[in-house]
Amino acid sequence: MNDAQALKTTPLFEEHVALGAAFTDFGGWNMPVRYTSDLAEHAAVREAAGIFDISHMAEFFFEGPGAAAFLDHALVGVASEINLGRAKYSLIVNEQGGIIDDLIVYRFTDERFLIIANAGNHQAVWVALNERAAGFDVKLDDATSRYALIAVQGPRAVEVLKTLTTAPLDDLKYYSIFEGEFNGVHAFFARTGYTGEDGFELLVKNADAVATWRAILEAGSSVGLIPAGYACRDTLRLEAGMPLYGNELGLHTTPFDAGFARVVRIDHDFVGSSALANKAGDTPDRKLVALVGEGRRAARAHYELFESEAAEQPIGEITTGALSPTLGYPIAMAYVDSVHSDLGTTVWADVRGSRQPMQISSLPFYKRAK
Amino acid sequence: MINREGLFYTKEHEWLAIDGDVATVGITEYAAEKLGDVVYVDLPKVGTQTTYMKICGEIESTKSVGELYAPVDGEVVAVNETVASNPELINHDAFGAGWLIKIRFTELPTLLSHDEYAALTNEG
Repeated sequence: MNDAQALKTTPLFEEHVALGAAFTDFGGWNMPVRYTSDLAEHAAVREAAGIFDISHMAEFFFEGPGAAAFLDHALVGVASEINLGRAKYSLIVNEQGGIIDDLIVYRFTDERFLIIANAGNHQAVWVALNERAAGFDVKLDDATSRYALIAVQGPRAVEVLKTLTTAPLDDLKYYSIFEGEFNGVHAFFARTGYTGEDGFELLVKNADAVATWRAILEAGSSVGLIPAGYACRDTLRLEAGMPLYGNELGLHTTPFDAGFARVVRIDHDFVGSSALANKAGDTPDRKLVALVGEGRRAARAHYELFESEAAEQPIGEITTGALSPTLGYPIAMAYVDSVHSDLGTTVWADVRGSRQPMQISSLPFYKRAK
Repeated sequence: MINREGLFYTKEHEWLAIDGDVATVGITEYAAEKLGDVVYVDLPKVGTQTTYMKICGEIESTKSVGELYAPVDGEVVAVNETVASNPELINHDAFGAGWLIKIRFTELPTLLSHDEYAALTNEG
């Protein structure tokens, strides 16, 4: 495994090795792809809970009287309108309106924010934010290398975490953040996730990562909490209809292509706002859609889509596809030409030479019971 | 319990158990682990002619698609129908209940021994 030596590792790497994980390169990081079984880990998150090491993700803190105004300028949403202690999904786009990354903005106080961004876009986001900070009274802090991020997701996640903290977890709404103590150490509790389940993402200092990870595993073992890897993280987020940068999102997709008009506040000034304002009223050439198939053969990323079984000209392409572990049939996200994107339309996926019908459906494929 | 040391192997991570002129073919535990949980297999029908190192089936996991390369020239004489309906057998018992097809071959090509295959998969 000579290549692996060039990859970055998180403070929890040795824990994954000890747990027998198989590893994969994820955005330049050597991350656990699975510990035992993708399907068992997927099911544990849907039925009990799973614990994920997501320490490769980028964490940026912003502080200062100009922090809110700076984020308003830098992102497509209006950070200054986020209530204290709450969070919002947002995008950072370039001058042409192309997506640099999708991210979550958390607000602690009037003047203090946190952004969690994708590992693969760490540098691009950091560079763009620093450029955009010119003229604002704000201090930017890239905390990625000092912190570990641990996601605990699933219907039993909160109950497990409550055994290790006195923080008022029940009172924290979805998309909120709280700073407190967890298992004797300082932690940020973000009630967000990438699985479609309830749960938290815990930000702790590197030195506290192993003890935190072990404490959660031990506290959760009696309810079926298990470590979960990136293979199941991908099928979980697909079922939940959540995009992955590089698949559904990229520099050549706009928020409108990806169905994110609702996160763009075109009524405010931000980098990329004039390009996006020009497109705001138009139907995009292509749209991100949900597809549902039959049988057990999945149409996967980059497979082409056609209007009929015999048509020669593709009308779209799958961005992510899998046999849904929860639902038992093939599901996919895809870009298709807007004229073919109506709900209920049947399109044909070319699955390695044979055409399979799939129906345009709506996202998410899976929604947890409240 | 099959004796893995007595099997032949291919670079494409298939194993072969030879009995007379019939080879029982499966994928190795190493390959099954790399694939992850197998959720679908597409195997050739009985009577299909196979050509050495031509694709004759597919093994899909949640994450990816693995191809089954015919390890010998010959004709498919049996297909494991149980594994078609229970593809997880490939993960649970790759060298046993997870066998895939039996091929009646005309001639054996050069195959890898257990030690040669072990050396191949240890280099990473």
